[in-house]
Amino acid sequence: PLWCDKVLLRASRRVEIAYFSHSQITRLYSRFHSLDKGENGALSREDFQRIPELAINPLGDRIINAFFPEGEDQVNFRGFMRTLAHFRPVEDNEKSKGHDASEPLNSRNNKLLFAFRLYDLDRDDKISRDELLQVLRMMVGVNISDEQLGSIADRTIQEADTNGDMSISFSEFIKVLEKVDVEQKMSIRFLH
Amino acid sequence: MKLICSPLCLSGGIIAKEPVSLEQEIQEPRGGGGEFDMSDILYFCRRGVESIVDDEVTKRFTAEELESWNLLTRSNYNLHHISARLTVLWGLGVLIRYGFLLPLRVTLAVTGVGLLVVLTSIVGWLPNSRMKKYLSEKVNLMCYRICVRALTAIITYHDSDNKPKNGGICVANHTSPIDVLILASDGCYSMVGQAHGGLMGFIQKTLVKACPHIWFERSEVKDRHLVAKRLSDHVADKTKLPILIFPEGTCINNTSVMMFKKGSFEIDCTIYPVAIKYDPRFGNAFWNSSKFRMVTYLLHMMSSWAVVCSVWYLPPMKREEGEDAVQFANRVKSAIARKGGLVDLLWDGGLKRSKVKEVFKEEQQKLYSKVLVIKTEGLLLAWGPMRSS
Repeated sequence: PLWCDKVLLRASRRVEIAYFSHSQITRLYSRFHSLDKGENGALSREDFQRIPELAINPLGDRIINAFFPEGEDQVNFRGFMRTLAHFRPVEDNEKSKGHDASEPLNSRNNKLLFAFRLYDLDRDDKISRDELLQVLRMMVGVNISDEQLGSIADRTIQEADTNGDMSISFSEFIKVLEKVDVEQKMSIRFLH
Repeated sequence: MKLICSPLCLSGGIIAKEPVSLEQEIQEPRGGGGEFDMSDILYFCRRGVESIVDDEVTKRFTAEELESWNLLTRSNYNLHHISARLTVLWGLGVLIRYGFLLPLRVTLAVTGVGLLVVLTSIVGWLPNSRMKKYLSEKVNLMCYRICVRALTAIITYHDSDNKPKNGGICVANHTSPIDVLILASDGCYSMVGQAHGGLMGFIQKTLVKACPHIWFERSEVKDRHLVAKRLSDHVADKTKLPILIFPEGTCINNTSVMMFKKGSFEIDCTIYPVAIKYDPRFGNAFWNSSKFRMVTYLLHMMSSWAVVCSVWYLPPMKREEGEDAVQFANRVKSAIARKGGLVDLLWDGGLKRSKVKEVFKEEQQKLYSKVLVIKTEGLLLAWGPMRSS
């Protein structure tokens, strides 16, 4: 459709173009369009929930949430691409690609921040015991008792918490995951 | 000013998915000393985002994307204006298809359906006898063949010695209502379906006079036992024609075969699987019922270049000892998928309209819980009693 061209032209002026090639953007737009049942140029949470594989993912709702900016119910194509850009693999030659001094969206740090925000629902830059419990409960469903889950949460905080405030800050989170190959686990190989 | 883009190469997916299972990825050594690892969410996170970019299910409910354009506007998804010459070709195509092919085909279709109704009514008046069956078969075959011509369907039948016989059930993958025409023009079947009103209902009532089709009222469809009983009774009568059923229950876009409903596989009889594969270059045969009404769909079909397809009659299958209906259904489905070159999916075609059941999410949660419990027990053995918080 003609207005697709306009979106692409507008998008090309944005930073997101640095993360995807022209053909990748076109295919992502095609995907965006096929998910957009209301055909209004934006996706709602229901549009995401219509994907069966996402609906059965225990963290499905949190992942969907990550696409929507604070307090908003719609995500446009630019926002869609921006969130997906976090999952581009990190390449060595990318260091020279930065348009400005800010860190690329798919850096290790930003990938970790994405994961951190899956836990930190209230965005206070701390994962509290409650927030941890919520995510744990989403992942195990009804299969583990409250007590056992509580002790798992307590032990996890104990391992990670270095400043004794009974919650996990972003820097503590980074420390906990320092041996994890985050670049590989949080990367999706886009073709073409 | 028009954008000139190169035609997209749409072969393959947008992303390459890693075939790693939950257990494999989470068992790997990683951060933290406890049994729950904060990095465990990364697996679910990546899988979730992968499914947002490309999932196996939602793309089955829209027409297949083509590698190169086949000069039909409706297949023109991402390809913008390419060149003036192509536009001229396309314009010529429109003239030929709508000005010449379509009127010709519509005339044939009307003739075919009209003849079908008239002749089956006449045959229907005859008393039940071998002559009636013989005439009914001949009439049906002839009229369906006219209808097939009306679509310019070029069908290649393979392995015709495996054709369904009386007392059996023929199952096939479902892409469009035309599937019925394609099979019925090469053999005689008893059809199963819901009784409609209007023109369709009238045709159904006429057809059933000459041939024992099985039409269910809307209320009866819900009653599985009733349905099963009527089907069983039909196959038990060896003089009756084989039943034609599409176990997916809905139209899928001919790139995959989705879950077969187990109802037809619970009946004790021989199953004759059939694989139908359309060539998408000549026209899109998939009926997207949420987007197009039946009449619009038929119009699209009759204004395409042609309907080219292959039909494979697979060797008959029976339920084996110790195999339940679901396993049998999956076995038949795999055989059909393999023969037709289609992707074999376990997902339910009903997901086209309804939400996925909670129980599948619960399975994922159970799987993760198992892994977590195993890790906890492993740590207990390694480190002794748990440290108090």
